[in-house]
Amino acid sequence: MDDSEERTGSVTRCEPVTTLDMISPPGSCRVASISAPAMVRKRLLALGFIPGAAIEAVRAAPLGDPVEYRIKGYTISLRKEDARLIAVTPGCA
Amino acid sequence: MKDRIRIALAGNPNVGKSTIFNALTGSNQHIANWPGVTVEKKSGTTRLGKTEIEIVDLPGTYSLTAYSIDEVVARDYIIEEKPDVVIHVIDATNFERNLYLTTQLMELGVPLVIALNMSDEAEKNGTLINRTLIKKYFEIPAVRTVGSKGEGLDELLRAALTEAETSPHHEHAIGYGDEIERHIAAIVAVLEKDPNLASRYPPRWLAIRLLEGDDNAQDKIQKSTITAAADAILASIDTEKTEAAMADRRYEVIAALLPQVCTTCVKEMNASDIIDRVVTDRWLGIPIFLALMWAAFELTFAVATPFMSAIDAVMGSCASYVAGSGMEPAWLASLLGDGIIGGLGSVLIFIPNIFILLFILSLLEDSGYLARAAFVMDRLMYAIGLPGKSFIPMLIGFGCNVPAILGTRTIEDKNDRLITILINPFMSCGARLPVYVLLAGAFFPTNAGTVVFVLYVLGIAIAIGSAYLFRKTILPGKPAPFLMEMPPYRFPTAGTAIRHMWDRGEMYIRKAGGIILAGAFIVWVLATFPWGAEYGSAESYAGMIGHLLEPLVAPLGFDWKIAVALLFGFIAKEIVVGSLGVLYGTGEDESSLTGALLADPSLGPVAAFALMAFVLLYMPCVATLAVIRKETGSWKWTGFSVAYGIIVAYLVAFVIVRAGPLILGGI
Repeated sequence: MDDSEERTGSVTRCEPVTTLDMISPPGSCRVASISAPAMVRKRLLALGFIPGAAIEAVRAAPLGDPVEYRIKGYTISLRKEDARLIAVTPGCA
Repeated sequence: MKDRIRIALAGNPNVGKSTIFNALTGSNQHIANWPGVTVEKKSGTTRLGKTEIEIVDLPGTYSLTAYSIDEVVARDYIIEEKPDVVIHVIDATNFERNLYLTTQLMELGVPLVIALNMSDEAEKNGTLINRTLIKKYFEIPAVRTVGSKGEGLDELLRAALTEAETSPHHEHAIGYGDEIERHIAAIVAVLEKDPNLASRYPPRWLAIRLLEGDDNAQDKIQKSTITAAADAILASIDTEKTEAAMADRRYEVIAALLPQVCTTCVKEMNASDIIDRVVTDRWLGIPIFLALMWAAFELTFAVATPFMSAIDAVMGSCASYVAGSGMEPAWLASLLGDGIIGGLGSVLIFIPNIFILLFILSLLEDSGYLARAAFVMDRLMYAIGLPGKSFIPMLIGFGCNVPAILGTRTIEDKNDRLITILINPFMSCGARLPVYVLLAGAFFPTNAGTVVFVLYVLGIAIAIGSAYLFRKTILPGKPAPFLMEMPPYRFPTAGTAIRHMWDRGEMYIRKAGGIILAGAFIVWVLATFPWGAEYGSAESYAGMIGHLLEPLVAPLGFDWKIAVALLFGFIAKEIVVGSLGVLYGTGEDESSLTGALLADPSLGPVAAFALMAFVLLYMPCVATLAVIRKETGSWKWTGFSVAYGIIVAYLVAFVIVRAGPLILGGI
């Protein structure tokens, strides 16, 4: 069994991993991993935040938070606080 | 042909599921709660040929994990109640994400039919979905539907019926790769040793859920005979990692099939994006939101006022005709005229207001704007410790707190929801407006509008302050994560908006109507008896109670008449106006009541303003309390709501009475 933490395959290493809240709109990246509590992680996975998925930060709300993202062809908004739980690789879309 | 089949409608939120449900069942609907939870259960019936079809509308969900109570309800229904067919309603404009739920429904092993809803919109964008290939690759029949126009619904029912008759139906399995499949096989082998468990839940499905670390599935295992064996296998597995790998695999399956099935899945910038650039703009977003809300309320009152005047005039003349008809015995004439017809009038008078407001809010909701409102307002709401979703019930609270509190059901976190419920009565509902109209009109004739506006703002400020206070003290925690889909803008259809309006408005009539009527009857009894006392005078029971309460409200500058009116206002706040009419002996006629109020030396602008603030805050009306009790499931919180409201109202009114003269310069 492979115990390596790396999930290879769809994830291309472009730039060092950061978190989604650091991607200011307009900008794009790919999901590297999610480190959220079980319930939030389950919802994020169902919504398409799976490793390798392309995310586009579309726009921020008038007060800077939450931010609207495009993923899998639809748009969803996340608070920066929750976006911080998603590790991403920028500039890979 | 079967005589009777049961169909469940499943799907993501915002895919037009309710539109399809309404179109299929028409008026043959029944709304109840799912057992044990406060999630609404809608079911209805229709016929196709000789077959009677029962349709159950499952809550909208993104997946069938146990993230929210909605998901648990949806999947438990499918697993435990075993409907003959599940129709999965898919938003054809958002095909890929929607298919994730399909993969989960497939794993449940139920006969499945896909409704490719909003197909017209998808086709207009240039998206073409090949239904023959869906059938070929997924082994699931797919039907093109446009719920809002009723297109494809007969075909959908026929497909469902055919699927229900097909037996055995296909075993839809997704392969998860060697490692995970080995785990699944091992767990399935264990699960099958408990025949009770294996017969109730598809073993492969349960094994997959266990590997994903699903608590709800764990519970099922804990109650079985194979707890130890299953736990032993699971102990060696990192479920968090497996879960991500499995979600990944499902999306891989989707990604592999997508280009085959959806020959041109368009994902370019569309009209929604352009609108969003404006309505969520950094500078324009909040002003646009406020302007829309202002317009909604202006429109509501502009349209409702003529209806309200008409209802008022008709009911008023009916009441005085009956009361003055010389009917014998006299008390009966008084009961019918003053009590019953008058009471009916106070139920009916708010129907235009409430229904029009609910209609406009439904239009905003169906168009997709309310999601943007939550997006724009979330940062502010978050600052006071609430999720953006709480904003919408607060908004509906301006119409009526009853549907508003019922609307908190969309909030997943229990504490978020409780706070949203508890602060809702401070949102100034339509029933309080007549009190403002009367008092502001009498004492602030030149700037009544500003005074009413200040009261609304006061209510909002108290609600915000209370939310903050509750979060810091009795209901600590942080708002649940905000993961909100921004649905594409759509032209709302009048039919759907009317349906929405009716569903919520009916709750007002049903829940509040009887209580207000009962309240009006009690008012009449207290004001009329002991028989012979002048109606509502100091000698009547009402007067006696008022005198008893007078010392309590004296520091606020209120006399016994106000105390009585406030007491009756607990039944429904607009009764305050009627009660004042009775107590000042002028009846419902507003101009003579205005005169009587102005002539009362104990009332001035400051006292009138304090009274309006008190009416705004002092406690939820009976109908609202009934809903708070129902939705929180607790008398403790219901009692808390009453006590907290009275204390806040007393303090605020006291401050107004003391500080008011200084500010107004003793006008």
